[in-house]
Amino acid sequence: MSKYWQQKLFTIVVSAAALFSVGVLFFAVYWIAKDSIGVISWEFITDMPRRRMTEGGIWPAIVGTVYVSLLTMVFAVPLGIATAIYLNEYASKGWVVRMIRLAIRNLAGVPSIVYGLFGLGLFVSTLGLGHSLLSAALTLALMALPLIVSASEEALKTIPDSFREGALALGATKWQAVRHQVLPFALPGMITGSVLALGRIAGETAPIILTGAAYFYPLIPRSVGEQFMALPYHLYILATQHEQVAVVRPLAYGTALVLLGLVLSMSMGAILVRSYIRRRRTW
Amino acid sequence: MTNRSVTKTKEQVIETGLFVVAFMTVVFLMLILGFLLTRAWPAVQEVGLREFLTGTRWMPSSRTPGYGAFTMIYGSLMVATGALVVSIPWGLAVAIYISELAPAKVREVLKPTVETLAIFPSVVIGFIGLVVLAPWVARTFGLSHGLTAFTGVIMLSIMALPTIVSIAEDAIASVPQEFKEASYALGANKMETILFVILPAARSGVTAAIMLGFGRAIGETMTLLMVAGNALSMPTTRVLGLPLPNFFGSVRTLTATIAIEGLDVPWGSLHYSSLFVIGGILFTFTFAVNLVAEMVMHRKEV
Repeated sequence: MSKYWQQKLFTIVVSAAALFSVGVLFFAVYWIAKDSIGVISWEFITDMPRRRMTEGGIWPAIVGTVYVSLLTMVFAVPLGIATAIYLNEYASKGWVVRMIRLAIRNLAGVPSIVYGLFGLGLFVSTLGLGHSLLSAALTLALMALPLIVSASEEALKTIPDSFREGALALGATKWQAVRHQVLPFALPGMITGSVLALGRIAGETAPIILTGAAYFYPLIPRSVGEQFMALPYHLYILATQHEQVAVVRPLAYGTALVLLGLVLSMSMGAILVRSYIRRRRTW
Repeated sequence: MTNRSVTKTKEQVIETGLFVVAFMTVVFLMLILGFLLTRAWPAVQEVGLREFLTGTRWMPSSRTPGYGAFTMIYGSLMVATGALVVSIPWGLAVAIYISELAPAKVREVLKPTVETLAIFPSVVIGFIGLVVLAPWVARTFGLSHGLTAFTGVIMLSIMALPTIVSIAEDAIASVPQEFKEASYALGANKMETILFVILPAARSGVTAAIMLGFGRAIGETMTLLMVAGNALSMPTTRVLGLPLPNFFGSVRTLTATIAIEGLDVPWGSLHYSSLFVIGGILFTFTFAVNLVAEMVMHRKEV
């Protein structure tokens, strides 16, 4: 085979691999959508599950997922942003900072089920918080932390040093420079990064199974001490754990589409806003 | 004067406060590790680590309990390795296409599209595996059901793909332009340049991508819980007399075991403690993988 044809073949194979990865994405969405679009209705979204989950809707699971994700962010966002500010604005090179960075990378690598086990051991049983929204949110917050730190650091890195230097030259202290000349411009990036993390967290199943998601709890939780239903766990139950798996299959499809729609729209929205901000930036 | 010292104190307080918060990440990691170890200790003491790592009988709630986790270690390694066999060449090809071959417009769309795969909740990937791939596997290979290691491998390779593409692409894109120009000047064509100049130059980043992809695969729970069958067995087959893993059998991973048993286990029991041993094994795997990736990446900078 001549060099020319070798190169042609190489290009074709590599391009096909790229095309295939996009194809997988679209087929995944298509396979879910085609069998679930008929299930989605106003009732399905806003109704309680009825008759051992063989009828009715998924409202408590939607609310539960929103609650637990928001509560997670309440814990993780301030911690994550503060950590990012320290690392990007204050930290000098040294072993402590290297250790912090190593810890963050390792936190990002810990398997989600190990977080779940840790949450079960510490929050649910040792601290006595029980299977609850609070236990699940604290567990998820640990998972979300590295995501938010890296997104926030990314946002801080886009602010040019001249902003800081200008403020310092006018006699501002370090914190004044950060507070008034860096944070306001980095904030939109931090928020979109946090929304991206929120999308990831909302789809997590393994950690919440052990810490607070309920098999069946057709109520809207009224305190953080209650159990809750969640879309990902609900999908898992309908798909594999329900006693009449075949009967509830359409409901499983509907749940999958709602979950996927929720997560993708959040992430896509954040990505679009981020690219809009980048384009509008004048420095 | 006093005003100035107040400002100075305030600055100090803020900096210290931020440092304390940042250092919490180290504390959290240590807390997780320490907690896993203390909760795992009773089981390690009672049963012995050797039994956990090499025993094949896992029956913690039986009257004559067995705590051998090797079956699950085998299952986890089997599907994670299988997934990498698929996603390394696939991911590298995508990364090469994005950074070296794609027109600028395609590149701008392609990278975020592949990264969107990472946003798919694992339970949704598992569901697709369950309703689309598993029936196909059963039909095509004439099996009684499609919940096999093979099904897990395919779905898992899709999940590891974005990790590998994203990190490998960064590494490939950061190879200096001069390397390519020198290669072209010596008469190499594009393919030769990519295979023999660019990939070797980017090898530390590519290695890190593979390590992190492995970490992602070994830690995945929901997808495998839903499609790999969860049978406590080590399916093997003989090819030319050699025992090899049989990917058309069902396996149960370390992660799935925690998810299945973690909910009903009585707190404080030996069974409970043994789940933390499994958690510890998983933690060790991912910690080691991250450490190696870290070291490889740092070598590049020197």
